[in-house]
Amino acid sequence: MASHRLQAHPILDVTPRSGVTFAWAGAPCVAAQGEVIASALTAQGVRVFGSHAHDGSPQGLFCANGQCAQCLVIADGVPVKACTTPVTPGMRVEPLHRLPALPHGDAAPRMREVERVEVPVLVVGGGPAGLAAAAQLGLRGVRTLLVDDKDRLGGKLVLQTHRFFGSVDAVHAGTRGIDIATRLAEEATAHASVEVWLESTVVAVFGDGWVGVLRPGGRYVLVRPEVLLVAAGAREKSLAFRGNTLPGVVGAGAFQTLLNRDRVRFAERVFVVGGGNVGLITAYHALQAGVDVVGLVEVAAECGGYRVHHDKLVRAGVPIHTSHTILSANGEGAVASVTIARVDAAFRPVAGSERSFACDAVLVAVGLDPVDEFTASARAVGMRVVAAGDADAVAEASAAIFAGRIRGLEVARTLHACDDTVPDEWHRTAEVLRSRPGEIVVRSTSDATTGVHPVFHCAQPIPCNPCASVCPQHLIHVDEDDIRQVPTYLGDADACLGCERCVRICPGLAITLVDRRDDPAFPIVTIPFEFDVATLDEGAIVTVVDGSGGDLGAAEVARVRRAGRGADGTALVKVRVPAAIAERVAGLRPRVSAAPEPLDAWVSHLADDEVVCRCERVHASALRQRIADGERDVNALKALTRAGMGACGGKTCAPLIGRLFDDAGVPREAVTPGVRRPLFVEVALGAFAGVDGEA
Amino acid sequence: MERFDAVVIGAGSVGLPTALALAQAGLRTAVVDAAPSLGQGAHKAAIGGVRATHGDPAKMRVGRESLDVFRTWHERYGDDIEWVTSGYAFVAYREREATMLQRLVATQRSAGLDVAWLDGDAVHARVPALARDGLLGAASSPGDGHCSTLLAGQAMAAAARRAGASFRFGERVSGLLVEGDAVVGVRTDRGAYASPVVINAAGAGAAALARQVGDTLEIVSELHEAGITEAVAPFLGPLVVDIRPGPGSANVYCYQTSRGQVIFCLTPEPAILGDDLVETSAFLPQVARRLVTLIPRLQHVRVRRTWRGVYPMTPDASPLVGWSSRVEGLLHAAGMCGQGFMLGPGVGTLIARMLRRELSDDDHDTLAAWTPERAFEGREALR
Repeated sequence: MASHRLQAHPILDVTPRSGVTFAWAGAPCVAAQGEVIASALTAQGVRVFGSHAHDGSPQGLFCANGQCAQCLVIADGVPVKACTTPVTPGMRVEPLHRLPALPHGDAAPRMREVERVEVPVLVVGGGPAGLAAAAQLGLRGVRTLLVDDKDRLGGKLVLQTHRFFGSVDAVHAGTRGIDIATRLAEEATAHASVEVWLESTVVAVFGDGWVGVLRPGGRYVLVRPEVLLVAAGAREKSLAFRGNTLPGVVGAGAFQTLLNRDRVRFAERVFVVGGGNVGLITAYHALQAGVDVVGLVEVAAECGGYRVHHDKLVRAGVPIHTSHTILSANGEGAVASVTIARVDAAFRPVAGSERSFACDAVLVAVGLDPVDEFTASARAVGMRVVAAGDADAVAEASAAIFAGRIRGLEVARTLHACDDTVPDEWHRTAEVLRSRPGEIVVRSTSDATTGVHPVFHCAQPIPCNPCASVCPQHLIHVDEDDIRQVPTYLGDADACLGCERCVRICPGLAITLVDRRDDPAFPIVTIPFEFDVATLDEGAIVTVVDGSGGDLGAAEVARVRRAGRGADGTALVKVRVPAAIAERVAGLRPRVSAAPEPLDAWVSHLADDEVVCRCERVHASALRQRIADGERDVNALKALTRAGMGACGGKTCAPLIGRLFDDAGVPREAVTPGVRRPLFVEVALGAFAGVDGEA
Repeated sequence: MERFDAVVIGAGSVGLPTALALAQAGLRTAVVDAAPSLGQGAHKAAIGGVRATHGDPAKMRVGRESLDVFRTWHERYGDDIEWVTSGYAFVAYREREATMLQRLVATQRSAGLDVAWLDGDAVHARVPALARDGLLGAASSPGDGHCSTLLAGQAMAAAARRAGASFRFGERVSGLLVEGDAVVGVRTDRGAYASPVVINAAGAGAAALARQVGDTLEIVSELHEAGITEAVAPFLGPLVVDIRPGPGSANVYCYQTSRGQVIFCLTPEPAILGDDLVETSAFLPQVARRLVTLIPRLQHVRVRRTWRGVYPMTPDASPLVGWSSRVEGLLHAAGMCGQGFMLGPGVGTLIARMLRRELSDDDHDTLAAWTPERAFEGREALR
């Protein structure tokens, strides 16, 4: 079997980890040390982990986050979630077809009493918001317990190989997400009063104020905080389309997790659904890992994500289909193609506009919802609870850092650990960081004929100032009071030293340097480059493109400044081009690959209907019928169809059911929402019983 | 004002089968419930066990009638309510429970119920998942079973509709319409319905409704918690009840649904009183220890969801069914003591016979035992 492990990456360290031998369906395989089963199998090219008990349809990885149970396999006789269970040496892993049989056992195991812990503040989630909050609490000596279900701190930051936007001073802008995670973790854990439990999942908030936490090895602990600070982030919205349960259809987050955490390519030719930042960034991460991005659909007329993210993709040659939707994922057993269509003004697919493209994965990135179940449960039982970051309101990670900082200080104050009030400028910064991108501005080219100066290819106001912060001559202006303005260059022909710092730090890879000092007719353009530079030697001929991917012709590589130590991954490629196009050159095509051609005939999906509740395989038609019959209570829909009764607890389908009501013209206020009950995730009964080693 | 022959207040475990029985008896029947859909009170908290093997004659009679309704539902009405004739096994690991159960088996057998005492080996052969160590035997009733409360409720409502009953959801009964000493209908927040008969099947709200006319229903709300697991391959067989007391609990019981999920529950001891439906941290560790002790392989099954429901308890753990002595035409059917689901169909047909004045001698005995105005002496062994 071909290995899908990353062999090279422009940013990430892909040094192979030592191997662990295990067996998949009786065949010997090798996993990386500490790796979860799902990643090890994916690295072997295994996409189908079993079949669904209800309809026998193939199943594989879906959330990669322990939330659903689509990836269930049998490991050493016990049914486990492949995405959260590490491979152990000699482990025998089997696919799961039909219902798993429980291992036999005639005698009751040894059981411990459940441990109970009281603490002033329990922070749920060690991402940007949780870490920033913990740092503030720690600074003021408040005893704080931070729990996170992953094996390292940082939340989704640990998957983000790109540099971050925002303010350099406030939120480490210009630094890669993976490195911000490390810094925030250091800031939080520097304080003795902050304790961190990793691989620890909050499974329930109970009416008596106790919070159930599942620790490694299946140790169930009850924690009672005075204040619950929820920084659990966001979860990806799902999308109902035909073939959406085929192995190969995953959330963008799952793809990123395998790629950037585990260094495993989930697929080799992906199609991305959704043009928000998550979709755009994921597509870019795929490219960086050598994965082909066949295309990206966005149902709106414009992508909603940052323009600079969009432009990075089009410069790399990724086709972006706006005003398009996915009709189906197609394939026998796993995704083999995707079918898309243009939509009309009411977002309905236009007949005759269907096209299909070959691909082996569909990455769904259609928006995020706050993980609000902890907050809602705690509120319902009258606990003191605050939410911060995406768990409160979905925004950029930089905004989450500030939100966490504010909430942390506020909680410290309510616990009388300090008299500090939140400075006004914190609120102001938080507001700026949360803001949506502004209208595209028209930039004029400079009239420079000599010297060296930066050219800005960012035309969309977003909160971002690394270029201004890094210029040693202070020649780049971004209003410090409102960093949402696009940068402007203040210098004259001789002012810029050509130090290239702005080029390297720009998170959008949207600054080039035009240097006319050597030959005004053929200036050298310095281009930031975050793909593999192995083939980019001096003298190589490359295609240079403008800001929106337009072909500007061939150019010769004059020099490559590789991303050495301290350069943090961004290579600088210098090309010599005619003066006429020098200021328009924004990038270069990373590799020569023909634009993906649609299949000769579009693929019609034969299955009758899209699945709304994937855990219980409930189809949209069943729910639409009940809604058409007048059902307005989600609890009754659940009783009638089982939608929402599955392993994920309705996290995936609840928003989709809401959309079915929308589609039927039923106002949301006429709909009775489903009742939510513990648990937030499934937990083995043995863990509650205090049996060691049960998860 | 719309006129009916009978108005049932409450579309729950008692109200639904009652409406069905009344509509089938040819009565124009309306069901009024404040919730937006059926079974949103204690009904959906019920776990779905159905048995005739009770400890007192009235419950055995009504239980048997109910059991027949559930068992034959699919062939009679066509709906799959996930009924399984799994049997019940009341297991004994101590002499004390063994003796008590053996005595009960004798009583039940003399009442004609299909139940037998099996020794430890026989029980373990039938239910190998049970911990073998110390297993003395079980009272085994192979004709009992279980089904989905949610599907059964929906099926009953659909059958009642087909028989002519009408349902008014999202409509709260604000009062009974009384003229002289007779009920003439109900008033709701949306209007009023004229009816010479009003059936109080309001579950948790039944006592408050009765108080409006001066009737006292001796009901105290107790709270029980239950849970359901992921689906696993069939392994359990009967619904297993362990009546040994444990720390904080009087018993524990569980069964595996036709879909493979395990549903479990225990009876808190001392009782938790009140109507707060929020789950507490005590339940899961408590029930898990008991279940893993009883059925060791359950340690590996993942719990999916837990919930809390109300047991409307009466002093003697038997239901309250009977006409109001103050107001003619008002019939109480409440205080089901956590057995409303399994007794509901039998209660419904009993009420239909009451309205049609077709009561048998057995029915008279049942009603004498369950009258809300009884003296409440004694307490059933298997409550």
